[in-house]
Amino acid sequence: MSEHSEHIVSAKLYWLIFLSLIVGTVVTAWVATVDLGKYHGIDANTVVALFIATCKASLVVLIFMHVKYTSEKMTKAILLAAIFWLLLLLVLSLTDYSSRYDGSLNPLPSDFTAWLA
Amino acid sequence: MEHAEHEARPELRHHFADVEQQRNAASLGMWWFLGTEIMFFGGMFCAYLIYRRWYFEEFAAASRSLSLGIGTFNTTVLICSSLTVAMSVRAAQLGNRKLQVKMLLLTLVFGLSFIGIKGIEWHKKYTEHHIPTFDYNVISGEGSLVKGNEHLLGIDKVENDPVKLRERKVEIQQHTKIFYSLYFALTGMHAIHMIVGVGIFICITWMAHKGRFTPEYHTPLEIAGLYWHFVDIVWIYLFPLLYLIDRKPIS
Repeated sequence: MSEHSEHIVSAKLYWLIFLSLIVGTVVTAWVATVDLGKYHGIDANTVVALFIATCKASLVVLIFMHVKYTSEKMTKAILLAAIFWLLLLLVLSLTDYSSRYDGSLNPLPSDFTAWLA
Repeated sequence: MEHAEHEARPELRHHFADVEQQRNAASLGMWWFLGTEIMFFGGMFCAYLIYRRWYFEEFAAASRSLSLGIGTFNTTVLICSSLTVAMSVRAAQLGNRKLQVKMLLLTLVFGLSFIGIKGIEWHKKYTEHHIPTFDYNVISGEGSLVKGNEHLLGIDKVENDPVKLRERKVEIQQHTKIFYSLYFALTGMHAIHMIVGVGIFICITWMAHKGRFTPEYHTPLEIAGLYWHFVDIVWIYLFPLLYLIDRKPIS
């Protein structure tokens, strides 16, 4: 068929991606048991775990879900819009909760009444 | 010319100009749906993030009660199922019906294994009284989270003050309950997606067995595959967020 422009990924690449995903999973589980310390109050273990998870998710989206090969621009637009929306929700919520006085729901410092006196 | 294609291709619906347009429309529809799925799971992930910030110690202690070995194993099972889905789409592209059906059957085996293993994990939580209902107890008994986690939970600081100790235990009971509520909501919604996925793939396997997919037309298999991979990605994030909050050796 002349209109048929579908890309066929090689089996070798699929196996390579599969292997990377398995290695990523094992490394995530192992590295979680090693204390990587804290930097500026941020737990390095969490950052590493989420970084590996994002690499794994990217491999699945790009290769298994064929986003790398698609000629349809709308697919990429929807994907980017969805990720952008998710980051908006998570990052703005976190900056809100992180910047409150005592990190709780209370918008005022706990010794606020002492300030008034 | 268009008429000729409609007559030659029974799978081409009359409201599409050609097969390519029909395929793009179906694929786009699935991507839109997956976009709404990100919004759906995103809300729960956000709730998780905020509570994890507030009650980190309790979340870490509760996370340690999940089996790291089973969690890792189940993640690899799900990754295997994603590979077999990708391979079945490839087999359809190449017109290899036998391989296609074989890969789809393997997908069903992996998918059902994942759900089964999840069930075993949930049952363990039930026996430990870790399901947030009336028998919920993380302070004493078999499912005690306090034992071994005294330092992590700050129990050692209030040990000599019975009033403060009691207050802390009530807090631990309440805050770990939030972790387990989120754990069951997230893994439960994920499992429902898996069950729906297995249902879809039973139909797809049957269609593949009947020889409905050719190198020119295999759109149902392709978009069902997109759904399956998405459910896999959700788990790729759930695994570190639920199982690996804090697995560092306790000093």
